[in-house]
Amino acid sequence: MKNDSTKYLVIGNSVAAVAAVEAIRETDAAGSIVMVSREPKHVYSRPLISYWLAGKVDDGRMDWRPRSFYEDLKVKAVLGAEAVKLDTSKHVVELADGGRIGYEKLLIATGGTPIVPKISGRETAGVFTFTEWADAERVGSFIAERKVARAVVVGAGMIGVKAVEALAARGVRVTVVELAPRVLAAALDERAAKLAEAAMVNAGVEVRCGAEVEAVVAREGRAAGVRLKGGAEVPCELVIVAVGVVPSVALARSAGGAVEVDRGILVDDAMRTSAPDVYAAGDVAQGREALSGTKRAIPIWPGAFRQGRIAGLAMAGAKVANYDGALVMNSVSVFGLATISVGTAAVAPAGAEVLVSERAEPPSYRKVVIQDGRVVGAMLVGDIDRAGLFTGLIRSGTDVSAVKDLLLTEQFGVLSLPAEYRKHVVSGAGIEV
Amino acid sequence: MKRIYAREEFCLGCRLCEIQCLVRHSKSKKIIKAFRQERDQITPGVMVESAGHVTFAMQCRHCDSAPCLEACITGAMHRDPKTGAVLCDADRCVGCWMCVMTCPAGAVRRGKDQKAASKCDLCAGDKTPVCVLNCPNEAIVYEER
Repeated sequence: MKNDSTKYLVIGNSVAAVAAVEAIRETDAAGSIVMVSREPKHVYSRPLISYWLAGKVDDGRMDWRPRSFYEDLKVKAVLGAEAVKLDTSKHVVELADGGRIGYEKLLIATGGTPIVPKISGRETAGVFTFTEWADAERVGSFIAERKVARAVVVGAGMIGVKAVEALAARGVRVTVVELAPRVLAAALDERAAKLAEAAMVNAGVEVRCGAEVEAVVAREGRAAGVRLKGGAEVPCELVIVAVGVVPSVALARSAGGAVEVDRGILVDDAMRTSAPDVYAAGDVAQGREALSGTKRAIPIWPGAFRQGRIAGLAMAGAKVANYDGALVMNSVSVFGLATISVGTAAVAPAGAEVLVSERAEPPSYRKVVIQDGRVVGAMLVGDIDRAGLFTGLIRSGTDVSAVKDLLLTEQFGVLSLPAEYRKHVVSGAGIEV
Repeated sequence: MKRIYAREEFCLGCRLCEIQCLVRHSKSKKIIKAFRQERDQITPGVMVESAGHVTFAMQCRHCDSAPCLEACITGAMHRDPKTGAVLCDADRCVGCWMCVMTCPAGAVRRGKDQKAASKCDLCAGDKTPVCVLNCPNEAIVYEER
C-alpha cells in the first residue's frame, strides 16, 4: 500500500485487536482507524481452527465478527500485509511492501508465533504447525491429497490436544508425543491428566509421555515417521508440531529498543508500552498476572479480550477501569471429557490447603486450592458445571473460610457464597475476567 | 435493565419454576408431555438452590460486564441489542465451555446433549418470564433495581 496516516493504527486482527477497536469506537466515533493484518482473512476465531479441520465448523462460522464489521466500525482494513518496522519517534510503521502508515496511537496485537524445536528434518514436507487458519487449511489439504492414515502430534498441550482431536475426527490414527510426564501438564495435575489421557486412549489415540522427538524421518522427500530419543520410530505421513507459542515481538524489536521487550512486550495496567503512544495487548503482551502480581505473557482468549478492551479505551482517552491482571484459566474438552483449570491449580503453592472430591463413573474430579482463606485455584474434570463460581471467588479474592466445607458439596451454589459477595453476583454487575 | 430476582424468604423450594422453564423451552409446550418425554433433552435456565431450610431460584444475571461474552470463542454468546439479554446461539456454540468457566453465578451450564451451552434467555422477550409468572408465592420477581 501507499503512504497513509491515521489516528489509531492497530496491528493485528484477532481478539485483542477487535476488542480494542470496539472500545475505541465506544469513545471516539469518528477518529480514523486502520487495522493491519498479516493474514488475509476477515476477523476469525483462531481457537476454532481445530473444529474447522474436524469439519464441525464451516467457513462461515469461522467469522468471529459479522462480514460488515470493518464497515460498521469505520475501519480501514489492510489485510495480507505485514508490519515490519516501527519508528516510535516518527510515529510510523512500515509494511513489508514498503508502504508507511503514520499513527497518533499504535496498538501492537500481533499475537504469538509457534515454537518449532530444533528437530532434524523439520523442513520436510508433511510437517506443520497449528495456530492459524492457513495451517489448518494446509493440514486439511495434505490429509486429503496424500490420503494420510497416520500422524504424530508433538506436544500434548492445549493446541496439541485439539489437533489430535481434529485429526482423529478426520479418520487419522494419531500418536501424541509429550516431553512432560503427563498430558496438558501446564493446566492439569497428575490425577486430572490421567483422566484426560484415558479419554484419548479410549478414542484410539496412542499417548507417549516423557518422550522426545529427535528427528523427522524422511522418505522420498516426505515425512515417513518420527524417531524418538532412544531410537524408537513411529511411522506417520504427517507431523504437527504443537509445543507452544512465544509472543510475536519482531515488530516491537524493530523499534531498536524503544519498546521494552522481555518474553513479550512489557505493558502497564493501561497496556502502555515503554514507548509513548504505543500500546500492546493479547498474546504478544506481557502484563500483570492477577494472583502473583508479576508480569507474565499469558496466551489465553479472555485475557486478550480484556487487555484489548483496556488498550482501546486508553488509546481513545477514556477512563480505564482498574485492571487487576489476567487470570490464568483454561477450558479444554478431550474427546468429550471436559476439563477446566483456573488460577494456581496444577501445582498448589506451599502452605496451601487442597480440597479434592472424586468419582469413578462417570469420571469426575474436583479440586480447590485455598490459601490464606481465599480460593487461588480450581480444577474440574468431567462434572464442570458451575465452575465459574470458583473463578468468581478467585477473581474477587473473597474470604471463603466460613463456607469452606461447602465448596465441594453437591449443593454448593450462589446461596453458599459469603453474603456481601453473593449480593454482588446477584446484582448482575458482572466480573471482569 | 429488568432482571429476575429471587426472594428467598418466600421461596418454598417447590421447583415449579424449573418445570415451567422446561415447558416453555420444550417442543410440546405441554406440562405433562414435556416433563415426561422432554426433560432429558432440556436444561432449565433456572435452578433452585438449597442450603438447609433456605431455598432460592437462580438464573443468568445478564450481567452488565458479562464475562461469558468476552470468553466466547465463537460469537455464540451475544447480547440482544434490544433487550440487553445475554443469549446463546446454540447453533454456533461448539461446546468449549469457556462460558461455564467464567460465569460468576454458575448460571451457564452444558446442555443435556453436552453440545452447546444452555442458560436463561429471559423467555425470548416475553413480557414476563414463565418462572416469575408461575411462582405460587411470588418468590421470583422481574423488575428494574
